[in-house]
Amino acid sequence: MSIIDADINQEYIVKRLHTQGALRQRLVSFGILKGAKVKYLNHTALKGTWEIRVGKMHIALRKEEAEKIEVLPV
Amino acid sequence: MKTIRIALVGQPNVGKSMLTNSITNSKLHVGNFAGCTVEKKQSIFRYKEYKINMVDLPGTYMLADYSVEEKVTSDFLKNESYDIILNIVDSTNLERNLQLTSELLNLDKKMVIALNMIDEAQKEGLEIDDTLMSTLLNVDVVKVSALTKTGIENLLESVVHTYDNPKKETKFFFGEVVEEGLRNIISHLEKHEFSRDVSYRQIATGLIKNDKHTYHQMQHNPIWMTLQQVVQDAVETIQKFHSDDSMLDILAEESMAFNHGVMEETVSNIHKDKTKETLTSKIDQLLIHKVFGLPIFLFLMWGLFQLTFEVGSIPMDWIDTFFGWLGDTVGATIPNEQFRSLIVDGLIAGVGAVVLFVPNIVILFVGIALLEGTGYMSRVAYLLDGFFHKFGLHGQSFIPLVTGFGCSIPAYMSARILKNDKDRLLTLFIIGFMSCGARLPVYVLFIGAFFSTANAGNALFAIYMGGAFLGLLAAKFLKMTAFKGVDEPFVMEMPKYRMPSFKLVWQTVKLKTMMYLKKAGTFIAAASMLVWFASNYPHNEVLTQSYDVKIEKAATQEAKNTLENEKNEALLSQSYLGSIGHFIAPVFEPLGMDWKMAVALQTGLAAKEVVVSTLGVLYSLGGDVDEESNSLIQRLHDNISFASAVAFIIIIMIYLPCLAATIVFTREAGHIKYAVYLFIFTSVIAYTMAYIGYHIALSFT
Repeated sequence: MSIIDADINQEYIVKRLHTQGALRQRLVSFGILKGAKVKYLNHTALKGTWEIRVGKMHIALRKEEAEKIEVLPV
Repeated sequence: MKTIRIALVGQPNVGKSMLTNSITNSKLHVGNFAGCTVEKKQSIFRYKEYKINMVDLPGTYMLADYSVEEKVTSDFLKNESYDIILNIVDSTNLERNLQLTSELLNLDKKMVIALNMIDEAQKEGLEIDDTLMSTLLNVDVVKVSALTKTGIENLLESVVHTYDNPKKETKFFFGEVVEEGLRNIISHLEKHEFSRDVSYRQIATGLIKNDKHTYHQMQHNPIWMTLQQVVQDAVETIQKFHSDDSMLDILAEESMAFNHGVMEETVSNIHKDKTKETLTSKIDQLLIHKVFGLPIFLFLMWGLFQLTFEVGSIPMDWIDTFFGWLGDTVGATIPNEQFRSLIVDGLIAGVGAVVLFVPNIVILFVGIALLEGTGYMSRVAYLLDGFFHKFGLHGQSFIPLVTGFGCSIPAYMSARILKNDKDRLLTLFIIGFMSCGARLPVYVLFIGAFFSTANAGNALFAIYMGGAFLGLLAAKFLKMTAFKGVDEPFVMEMPKYRMPSFKLVWQTVKLKTMMYLKKAGTFIAAASMLVWFASNYPHNEVLTQSYDVKIEKAATQEAKNTLENEKNEALLSQSYLGSIGHFIAPVFEPLGMDWKMAVALQTGLAAKEVVVSTLGVLYSLGGDVDEESNSLIQRLHDNISFASAVAFIIIIMIYLPCLAATIVFTREAGHIKYAVYLFIFTSVIAYTMAYIGYHIALSFT
């Protein structure tokens, strides 16, 4: 499932990134890659932008980008 | 004396600029160039018998070329000459920071690692064994804190020591399969005695990473004929082993594993104190709340503009009085009437009118510095991205746009954080809609003349918000017409909240204020004198004499004053500036403006502060006699209708910020044609909106 379908404040493991090129590089540079532990913390009122946490970092990203992150429950 | 060139590298938000400050401050000479974090900054200072030239590179998460900032850093590290990499890491988030460190280690250069924010890490209960880390990585590791200024001396000592000694062998390793692939490539290069300026390992890593730059260099080389196969074999073996075809992921994964190993051995968490973490989360629960987040932000901005006006107006009276006194005192010592007028009415009135607004500017700059320094800025980008996206803008456009409230020049430069060219151009085009600090004096002047004190802060807030909103509409229009294209991804770190260092805020504000004052003393002073000259010459003796005769004959003092005013007005009207004014006045007549306002708008193309000084000169020459309406605010109130003041403000809000900004815009946009487009685009909108505003205001009065 995608991280935006995950439960709030629960830890998940990244299974795959369904994207290539610049976005993938960006995600990887933040440590979002296969095997990383992530959870989602918040989203804006219209669910347009999401806040997720990987390691100690809080990262903001759009729904379209978050959808590309496939996760598995721990 | 030996010169050491240091490349200062680190991820964003690791306290790099603060550390630079701590190092250079204690060592005197700072070559601090005004500008912005996306440009490399150099500081030169002496340490013992060494001259140290430190190049502060923009923060980057990886050595990628995703954004212009990242490109600046990785290009510098790969192509330019320097002696030592000084890698600054955030001790409280080593895992993430070491990712960049491992890439730097792969560059195979002399290197020193500074574990910054060590005090914060200790508070969080993290114990780091720097000696062991140093042994494991085979580079010097020094604990420092830029905030408390500890370890700075050790750090410099390490830098000098590393410089003086031969380079130690890097001890960074990928997994065995990757290392074997690298070894094969390296031995192929060795076998053919390939000559190069960078290390074989760097070339090998670049090749398996699919780095464009390395490929570009190698492909033009005869060795490529045979090397190609070796690289391909290595890559295939690695991909097969990992059952993954993205080399980017594989290498990131492997260096993460290596870093994890280093962390396991060197970092221990003595007590699981997470107060700092929960504090950020707690603040975030409120500040980025789904419903209240945006209203809170708007309230804070409103508060800032209230403060700008309320507190800023206190010292303004003193400054006003001071320049009045200065004019009188200096004027009394100059016997020559023409020269006195040049100094008093031109120079002192012009510069004084600009210096008057220093308090407002200082408050605005402090506000922006706080917004940047605390980490709140990226939260606002998070909150606004959805809204911005609807107007075709990127959430990260918010950062250059807010910077634009301070000054358009750094704003144009900081637009480089946007990778996509169309997004960047779009942002560049609307930065001007964010009213910069230099426009503040014009607003404060006109609001003072036409609004009650109670409403002044609100009016100012409305002007700024109105400009910003108009900018969004303009963005939507441009996105639908000129800059159609795919959206750039929005992935951004929201750093921990931090109390910004008082010193850093103060220094930023001081630097910007000094620049404003310097501008007042040089450019504005010259412009004021030019405006004075153009409004006093040519002399018309006939006109002067005919008025003098009439004044002579006038019966009452009142009639004399009226005639004196008429004379000044007539003289001004036939001056060079008056002629220009009359020439362009018809264009501005539909907006109810007289030729003086038309001229002030033209001089404003040079810089917005000049608008104020021009008005100061033009209206003070016209009404020197009447003692009661002494202040410029009063004169504007008497001479300008409310509706044309509205039109005037609207034009100031929208048209080109200033000459310097336009030059920077042209450079950043990449072609002179964009400057022409910007001029036409903003002028048309400015005139149209001013026309509408004028007629709405007319219907109310």
